[in-house]
This record gives sequence, C-alpha cells and structure tokens, in this order.
Amino acid sequence: MSVDIATIKRVATLSRIHVEPAALPGLAQDINAILGWIEQLSEVDTTGVEPMAGGGATALRWRDDVVSDGGQAEAVLANAPDREGEYFGVPKVVE
Amino acid sequence: MRPTDLSLAQARLALDARQISARELTQAYLDAIAALNPRLNAYITVTAEAALTAADAADQKLAAGQGGPLEGIPLGIKDLFCTAGTRTTAASRILGDFTPPYESTITRQLLRDGAVFLGKLNLDEFAMGSSNATSAFGPVENPWSRRNDPDTRLVPGGSSGGSAAAVAARLALGATATDTGGSIRQPAAFCGVAGIKPTYGRCSRFGVVAFASSLDQAGPIARDVMDCAVLLRSMSGFDPQDSTSVDMAVPDFAAAVGRGVRGMRIGIPREYRMAGMPAEIEALWQQGIAWLRDAGASIVDVSLPHTKYALPTYYIVAPAEASSNLARYDGVRFGARVPGADLTELYEKTRAAGFGAEVQRRIMIGTYVLSAGYYDAYYLKAQQVRTLIKRDFDLAWAQCDALLTPATPSAAFGLDEKQDDPVAMYLNDIFTVTANLAGLPGMAVPAGLDGQGLPLGLQIIGQPFDEEGVFAVAGAVERAAGFSARPGVIA
Amino acid sequence: MTYMIGDWELVIGLEVHAQVTSQAKLFSGAATAFGASPNSQVSFIDAGFPGMLPSINAECVAQAVRTGLGLNAQINLWSRFDRKNYFYADLPQGYQISQFAHPIVGTGEIEITLDDGTKKTIGITRLHLEQDAGKSQHDQHPSKSFIDLNRSGVALMEIVSEPDMRSPEEAGAYVAKLRQILRYLGTCDGNMDEGSMRADVNVSVRKPGEGFRTRCEIKNVNSVKFVMQAVEVEARRQIDVWESGEEVHQETRLFDTARGVTRSMRSKEDAHDYRYFPDPDLPPLVLDAGWVEQLKASLPELPDARRARYVAMGLTPYDAHVLTLDRETAVFFETMACGRDAKLAANWLTGDYFAALNRLKRDIADPPVSAEHMGELLDLIADKTLSGTIAKQVFEHMLSGEGAPAAIVEARGLKQVTDTGAIEAAIRAVMEANADKLAEYRSGKEKLFGFFVGQVMKAMAGKGNPAAVNELLKAMLAG
Ligand SMILES: [Mg+2]
Ligand SMILES: [Zn+2]
Repeated sequence: MSVDIATIKRVATLSRIHVEPAALPGLAQDINAILGWIEQLSEVDTTGVEPMAGGGATALRWRDDVVSDGGQAEAVLANAPDREGEYFGVPKVVE
Repeated sequence: MRPTDLSLAQARLALDARQISARELTQAYLDAIAALNPRLNAYITVTAEAALTAADAADQKLAAGQGGPLEGIPLGIKDLFCTAGTRTTAASRILGDFTPPYESTITRQLLRDGAVFLGKLNLDEFAMGSSNATSAFGPVENPWSRRNDPDTRLVPGGSSGGSAAAVAARLALGATATDTGGSIRQPAAFCGVAGIKPTYGRCSRFGVVAFASSLDQAGPIARDVMDCAVLLRSMSGFDPQDSTSVDMAVPDFAAAVGRGVRGMRIGIPREYRMAGMPAEIEALWQQGIAWLRDAGASIVDVSLPHTKYALPTYYIVAPAEASSNLARYDGVRFGARVPGADLTELYEKTRAAGFGAEVQRRIMIGTYVLSAGYYDAYYLKAQQVRTLIKRDFDLAWAQCDALLTPATPSAAFGLDEKQDDPVAMYLNDIFTVTANLAGLPGMAVPAGLDGQGLPLGLQIIGQPFDEEGVFAVAGAVERAAGFSARPGVIA
Repeated sequence: MTYMIGDWELVIGLEVHAQVTSQAKLFSGAATAFGASPNSQVSFIDAGFPGMLPSINAECVAQAVRTGLGLNAQINLWSRFDRKNYFYADLPQGYQISQFAHPIVGTGEIEITLDDGTKKTIGITRLHLEQDAGKSQHDQHPSKSFIDLNRSGVALMEIVSEPDMRSPEEAGAYVAKLRQILRYLGTCDGNMDEGSMRADVNVSVRKPGEGFRTRCEIKNVNSVKFVMQAVEVEARRQIDVWESGEEVHQETRLFDTARGVTRSMRSKEDAHDYRYFPDPDLPPLVLDAGWVEQLKASLPELPDARRARYVAMGLTPYDAHVLTLDRETAVFFETMACGRDAKLAANWLTGDYFAALNRLKRDIADPPVSAEHMGELLDLIADKTLSGTIAKQVFEHMLSGEGAPAAIVEARGLKQVTDTGAIEAAIRAVMEANADKLAEYRSGKEKLFGFFVGQVMKAMAGKGNPAAVNELLKAMLAG
C-alpha cells in the first residue's frame, strides 16, 4: 500500500497538522518507507488470533459514585492560552 | 570520597549516620549540574532552590530519626512526569510553559519517601526517539566518548537520554525514566548504567504524559542494580487512578539482588541472534551466558519465533495510540497556541509549530493506520501479532525462569548518525521492544566495553511480576562483570 | 393506516442521548449537577490534561444495566470502551470515550401506543455508555466562542433505535415512551430542556416497497414536539430534493426551531473518519451475571406492567393510562388506593385532585395533600362518615392546609348522620311542616320525592346519609 500525496494531505487534515505543500513529497517518502517496512507483518498468519489491546489489569475496577474532584476552576483555567473570564476562549465556531 | 561518588545505597547509610547532610549531598549535585549541564544538556529545568529546601526538610527528618527510604536522596525526574508547580514540557514546544497543578503518582511516592528533586530531565519529544535528538530543548550528549575518536559527540540513547546521561555523569544519584519500546534500557546501556522497565501495571501511569498507553511503563535508571531495586520499590504500587494498574503487593526488590541464580533456568532466545549482529555484541552475550552458568544457572535454548515482527508491530501500535493521546495538545486549555482565523486553522498551525518532525510523522502514521479502510490491515493485524508475540513468551516460560539477551544492537552512535533514516533509528529497539509488547519486566545492566571503550549492556527479561527474578539475574551479571569503567565527562 | 407525504413513505430511526443520573462523572469524581458556574465542575481528567487517566463510576454502569433491563434488552457481560477521535473545541481529549464495537447493552424493544390506540413495537439496536462533551457558547463575544467543560465527561447512555418509525407521531411517541421508562427507572431525569435527553433524528424517505434511500441526521433535537416537527420538515425537504431530480446527500443537519427548517452543520463536515480503536487506558468492562440478576430483581415496575395491573384492578384503560404516565403519579395512586376501592381512588385522583393541582399550579411530586391523607378521606367515605358532597368540602379544607380529614370532620362537625332515629325525626318534622305536599305526593305526584329529599337534607345540614334518607323517606312517605 503506497501512500500518495492526496492521502498524506487527508491524513494531515485528520491529524490537524498543517503541512506546507512543498513538504508533502518528502513526508510521503518517509511515511512510505516506514509503511513499506511494516508491510512484512502481512507474512504472519493471524487467522483466528484474538487481538491483544494491552496488558495490566484484566477488567475495569469500579469507582464509587461520590463527588471527589472539581471545584477548582482557577486551576483548570490557569494554563489557558486564551482565558475569557470563567471560560476558555477559541475563535468563533460556526455550527 | 566526594559526595557524588556515593551510590544511592551508600548515600542513604551516610545520611542516616549523619556523615553527610542532605544539603551537602544536594549541593554537590547542584554544583555538578552547574558545571556539566551546559555541555551535556541533560536537564531541561533545574530546581535548585526547591531542591535545597527539600534537602533541609530531609535533614530535619533524618535528625529526628524519621527519614523515609529515600530521605535526602537527590534525583532527576524525566520531564514526562507531571510535577506540581514545576514546568513540565515532555521536551516539546507544544506544552509551552505548562505548569501542572498536580503531581504524578510516581513522583508523589518518591516525595513521600523523602527524595529531593533536582530538576526535570531531557528526553526525546514525547518520548518518541532512541537518541534524544528529537527534544525541542536540544540533544543530550552522552558523557562517554570513543577512545580513538574523542571529538565525536555521541547520543545517550532515548528516549530517557537525559536520565541516563545524568546518572552516568553524576548529575543525579538516580532518575525516573519511562520505557515504551526500550526507552529505559537502551539509554541505560548506551551510558553504562542500570535501568529497569517493570511489568506493565506495576507502576502507575497517572500523571505521566502518555505516549502509547498500552506500552508505556515507568521505571528507574540508577548507577547499579541495587539502586534500581531501591528506587523501583518507591515507584511501584497499585494506584486506583490508573485503571491498568495491577493490585499486587510490592516485594522488597533489594532483597532479591544478592539472591544469586543457582538453580535458575536462563533462556537464550535463538531468534535474537540477528544477521549482521556485531561480533562484540555476540561476544558479550556469550560472556553473559558463561557468567550465569558459572554462577549456577542452567542455560536453555528457547525460541521466540515472532521476534522479527515485534518492531513493525510496535510501529503500528505505538503511533496509533500516540496519534490519539496527542490530540489533546490543541492550544485551547494549556500549552502553546498559534492563533488562527478559525478553530481548524488554530489547531493546524499550533500543532505544526508545536510538534517536531518525528512526532508529526508518528501522529500521521498513527492516524493513517487507524483510518477508515486501513484499520484491519494495520492496527488489528498488529494487535493479533502482539498476541502471538506474547504467546511466544508464555511458551518460553515453561522452559525457563528468565531470558538473557543483548540490550542493544550496537554501542552509542554519533549525534549526526542515523538521524535521517527513521527505520534505521527504529532498529535500536530491536531487543527491547518485545518486553513492551508482552508487558514483561526487562532490565539493562552494563556488562562490558566495546573496542572503542564504549559501554555495552545485557538485558534480562523476566516473567510477569517477577521483577525479583530479574533483579537476581541482573545482580549476578553485575557481580560477574565487575563493570567499573567511568565516562570521560563525570562530576 | 400508513402515514404518507404524497406517495412518499418516511423512515425514521433515533439515537437518543440520555444523561445518566449519578453524582459524579463517568470517568472522574467531578459533580454532574445542572447549572453550576462555568468550569467549576471540572477535574483535570475532564479537561484532558497531560497524564490524566480515566477510572469508571460503578453507578453509571449500574444505571446502564438497569436501563437495558427496562428495555428488555440483552445485557452484555463483556463490553469495552473505544475512542472516537475528532477535534472539537469542547472535546478536550481530542476523542470521546464511547463503546463502539462492544456496547454494554444489545438488542431490545419498546412498545409505543399511538393516539388511535394502535400499538407498535420499535426495535432497540443497542445502548452504550459514553462521555458527554463540554458546551460552547457562541453568543458572548463578537469573534470568539467560549468553552465551559462542566458537562465534559458526564455519563451518557446513547440509545439507538432501529429505523422502525414511519411517521412524526411514531417518532414522538417513541421519545415520550423512552423518556417515561427512563424516569420510571430513575436512570435519567428526562429533563429535555436542560439537555438531559437529546435526540439525533435520522430521516429518509422512500417509495413504498423500496430499500432505504440516503438518510440525514438531525442533531440534538430537545423536545418531543421538535422531534415531530423536525421529522416532518426534513422529510418534506428530502422529497423536494428527490422530486426535483437531485440526490439527497448524507449529512448532519440542525433543526432551526425558530424558522422551522433544517440546515447543514458546517462544523461536522469532515468529521467522518473517527478512527475508533479500543481505549488502551481502560481494560474491558466485565459484569457479574449474579449482580445483573440482583439489579433485575430490584427493578421498579414499569409503566406497561403497571397499566395492565390497574386495568385488572377494575380501572378504565384511560384512567390506567393517565395514572401511569409518570412514576410519581402511580406511586401516589397506589399509596392512596392501598387496601381501598381502587376505582373510587382513581376517580378522586383523576377528578378532584388533578383539578386541584391544575388550579394551584402544583405538581404531584410536590403534592398539596398527601396520598396518605387522601386515603384517609376515602376511608371516611367508605365507612359512611362522609357523603360524597361533604367529602368534597373536606377535601377543600385539606387543600387549604387544615390537616388530616378526620380532624377536619371532627373540628367542623361534618360527620354524616346514619342514625336512623335522627333521620326519622327529621322526616317527621318535614312531613308535618309540608302536609299539603305530602297529600299531593300520596295522591300520585311522585315527582315531589326530590323535594322531600332536599328538605330532609337541608334540615340535617347536609349530614344525612343519602342512601338512608332515601330509603326511610320512601317508606314513611308511603305511609
Ligand atoms: Mg450519534
Ligand atoms: Zn453518542
């Protein structure tokens, strides 16, 4: 599966990363090199093999339904690049 | 003996005996940082004042006979651990001046036990790298250099390059680190120090900036195996705030270090003998096998047939998880922001300027392998191969108690080498990444020098939650190797 | 009877987001209460801060299972959380934790009843748990949107129906019925105007006998009435598109309630590749079968079962329907009717009591007269202490806060007289005072009977037992 420039553009958009048009071919080349190398996985017969999502605890532990957090608007907002009073500010969103 | 010559275990005894104060010890490390960090760049942030305040508090506790297990021990903290009130960067521009209002579970436990934090250590950006060259705060230099080529600056490995370099050059008595594909063990091996990645679920990930959640695991880098055991005990333990944390008692790892390997079965995975493996690596491995046999272990040949697929599997799973984990860096609630005419432009500009090239590459690969139409071919396939890799280990454990392998396929390389070939860079983790995929404990121990006088390490991989077995084998290797070489740049 | 617009049939499916009733959020300990000041109910987990990790709230799991049981649905003992990845200003993590591949609840069903009495079963595809997003405010600043994360991380149940509905009325009935069930179960307060329940309405149209045509999703419709309106206007829009020879494009739309039209949502245009994958921070959600059985055993009786029971108790289907509309009314009714004449209780509740609620603008959840006191009032009627007429007077005194009916009867001397001696005495006096009328009656003018009843009751200040008065009067007038 070789990735073309249009695909790289789409992936960049999905990733919300601006890529200068001039940088697209180089990026495509890098990504294709990596994907080409990854391609060797197709040799492995995985018929009927359960996927492994991760390790650690095997089932979720449940927390009690008690309010134990929050009430710290100042701390939540303290690192905001654009703070508007009690809110985070962003450029106006048109729905 | 200068204060920085003391190992952690020795320092703890000297502090208890009041032969040295925590302030003196901390000051000695701050002096070493002031002298050498401008060159090595191991620290991103030094918190000298806070360190001295903490040292004074430790002295009071020690005087009252109330010292914790790490009372007055000066540590460096990888800048991936959130520390309340101290800027945390993940070595990325995108975090800007982010100052967490909270403490990671691990650093909280270290503070609970009396540790003194010297500052925040450099790393590959978001822990993505094997050379520490991707840091937005500049590369870290390995304090070691080649005997015949002393002017070539070498990488410390990565991503915990700052941690390994700081411990090796004695800019910290020990350090926290994290390991997603080898990020504790590879830099430890490159810098001639010890480091352990415990079993997945042993150490809480709460408050540690996430790279790839199902692979990330924190652990210590320290001067020797015993120091690692002491640090790991403080770092470990069940944390209800991390749903993947495992509720298991934390053993006294230090007690296992001197236990010996008599009667243990040590597996030698035949697939780790890669084509083109440098002779020095092969020789070191054989030497390690001989040491353990001499120490009373039995050596068994084992097979881990899916080993060669581990790295490609990793380079699907890790970027996929990272692409999602790093979506929160969007310039809205914290971190740097590049303004945009609309929200999308704000996101795209912020993330283009805030993330370095390798991070961007991995986010895009991760996005691609998860995207519609490719999920099954890449992500699902990788998860299935991951099952097969874990199954290989499960079968091997029927034959052996621990595995011995080389830690890295080479010694430290030059800062300018391998930087423009991502795949070549990825191969650094070829021996370490399997333990992450299978969630197993793995430790790197310095075991010898190559022809250029650079340190080489051996790796011990253990059964799930058998860090004690790993420490026993690592202790035996360490005693047999008697590694005493020191880097050229050292406090 | 099929609902058609011209020769077009409607196909409607609903995804209802219902906020789980719980103290704390799904994956954090921050509070869920409505109306708090901006960003005051936010943990660093909800705000997607670096290094923060989720841990699940047990009550949210229990509420989802209760709801599943209430929808007669399959409970999946093994389920899993996935990440739904997209960028949005009020989605702090850059992904929503949801259940995509393995929801906690599988297929179930809801029976709806339409105005003409016909019943229809609507299939439930699934129910899954997920996080709510924050709230964006677009009207506070000329060039900025403001983000409040109080809702971020609140537990939602997304309840997905099959595309089984064929008319605005069916869609409305489905939402109303689902809301009723959730409120009965106590798993969602159903306050649609506070956003605790929102419907995403999927609408397409087709010619009868065809397969499905392209559908559009109308997001976040927040009342039963608007669901019905949105279905209708969207269907008409699509019919116009098809009939003008064009194609309907699959898209997300908004219902503009002021203008009564749907319009395309710009912000969701390119959000279609969500890159779902299992959340590596969350191991599988595993339920114990015995625990599910316990929840099942402790489930409250649901409206359908209750209504059937009321009809079996002798209530009219209409009264049974009205009394089971919400759980508070049903509970009030049962307390009031407990051990008493259910029909009499139903008449009082649906008649005088509901009228009083209306008049006083009160709600049965905050009743002006308790169900216990109403029961005592029925007892006084049953033991003939009160006549129906006097009981209404007593009820008025109860409404004005005078306390228990027995005490009111005592204090105001309203006890009904059933002592036949007293009644006979009163009748004799009336007969004596109206000898002329008595003669007329006895000569065949039986219409005068009513006059005598009135006179006797008047003489007894309304306290005479009407049945006893009737009987005695008939006998004594006859001579
Ligand atoms: Mg939906
Ligand atoms: Zn949803």
